[in-house]
Amino acid sequence: MHQRVLIPNRGVIARRIVRACRKLGIQSVVCHSDLDAQTPAVEECDQAVRLPGYQAKDTYLNSHLVLETAKKCRADAIHPGYGFLAESSSFAEDVETAGISFIGPSSDWIKRMSVKTEARSSMSKLGIPVHEGSGLLQNEDCIRDFVGQVGLPIVLKPAAGGGGIGMFVVHEEDEIAIKFQQAQPLAKSGFADDSLYAEKYLSKPRHIEFQVVADGSDCSILGVRECSIQRRHQKLIEETPVPGDLDKQLADIEPQLTSAIRDYDSIGTVECLYDDGKLGFLEMNTRLQVEHGVTEEAHNVDLVALQVQISAGESLDSLDLGSEKPQQYAVEARLYAEDSERMLPSSGKLNVFRPVPFEGVRIEAGYRAGNYITPYYDPLLAKIIGTGSSREQAIARTAIALKAFEVEGVSTNSELLQNILGSEAFILGRIHTGLLEELHTRSSR
Amino acid sequence: MASVNVESEVTGKVWKIEASIGDNVDEGDVLMILESMKMEIPVESPVSGTVTELRVRKDDSVDEDQVIVVIEQ
Repeated sequence: MHQRVLIPNRGVIARRIVRACRKLGIQSVVCHSDLDAQTPAVEECDQAVRLPGYQAKDTYLNSHLVLETAKKCRADAIHPGYGFLAESSSFAEDVETAGISFIGPSSDWIKRMSVKTEARSSMSKLGIPVHEGSGLLQNEDCIRDFVGQVGLPIVLKPAAGGGGIGMFVVHEEDEIAIKFQQAQPLAKSGFADDSLYAEKYLSKPRHIEFQVVADGSDCSILGVRECSIQRRHQKLIEETPVPGDLDKQLADIEPQLTSAIRDYDSIGTVECLYDDGKLGFLEMNTRLQVEHGVTEEAHNVDLVALQVQISAGESLDSLDLGSEKPQQYAVEARLYAEDSERMLPSSGKLNVFRPVPFEGVRIEAGYRAGNYITPYYDPLLAKIIGTGSSREQAIARTAIALKAFEVEGVSTNSELLQNILGSEAFILGRIHTGLLEELHTRSSR
Repeated sequence: MASVNVESEVTGKVWKIEASIGDNVDEGDVLMILESMKMEIPVESPVSGTVTELRVRKDDSVDEDQVIVVIEQ
């Protein structure tokens, strides 16, 4: 087992990894930028190391500095968390070469899944259903050809992208040229690669994802999450088990998935879109997911600890994989520092930051009162996970905990989250990725 | 001719400048894209007119309410 794990990350997830390390009897070393020196993760870890500066590229994304720091403090493993370096295959490769364990899959797997067109075509060849999509688009004519095959609307996506960033929906034929010209430079500046591909745009699909746990020879699925409540292609609310009657479709695709990725060697997530009765592969995230907590609560499992143990060479049959079937319902709401009315991020000092503990509610907070929310990092303040013996109970507990959670100094999306959780469509499980927009349009009328 | 100051709605960084000085823009055209907390925030022209000043450059930091573009109507 590892002795000392370096954590080049911040906020909610750095704190979560520190907790897993402590449980396994491993020392944790948290790297922090100059802006994060006073945060809970830094205070709770065994050792804190400063990364001078505040911009992500100088600190949490500075792969050279992070690796040197790991060597200097004699860490034998690095847990990248999510975001920042978590899906950088070149970083993972450098870490492997340095003889340090990268807590995640091997760099080959990260590389294989990072180019979305290749991931789609390799999955398709293995028999996994994939929604209609194009290859790499060289020019506008390629887009016209694709539209000729599948019709409008379509969505243009950066081939090297992810996380819903840099996507453009094309509704009309005469928008093709302008959207192509807009999308290319954004792909280039966001992902250092201007290649694009297109998919048939599904306006009301559901986002369904499979939690994968694998050790290189054995691969299993540990539950399925419903993550359709999104704004600007970013998730807001996630839950497990999946509401509605999808059991047959899920059961059909599961063995195909585990067979297609049977030599995967860490935890990961296969994201699918569900539309018109069909599930189709979207992408695979080769890392810990923000919403891992709902799976942990429903299946009585510690996914972060599992990830650490697998990276230390332990095999699935010697590990505690929790219960295969969900034992309860779990619903997670992401509390963001943002002005939901104007859809803008909000920065400032957290004059009040007071999560309230409740029975059946797990709260993961990245800050304490007095911390600053700055424009340099993502706006996630906390995750609120309500659990229960029924879906209704889990929803109600999440809503109550949100209402009681006091934040002053920045705007938050708490009210928006409470409105969604209290909406008829959500409670009835009539969920799709366009739901938030529908609720918004209705309330502003 | 009236000049209209376009202000940043957030504290953040200039990610990409779409407009050039001298461009004729319509109301709603994207002038530049700011980045804050990993989100892309488009700055749209509030009026139709000509871009006469770009007060920031790519990668500059901007404050909330800071004037970043001037448009002559």
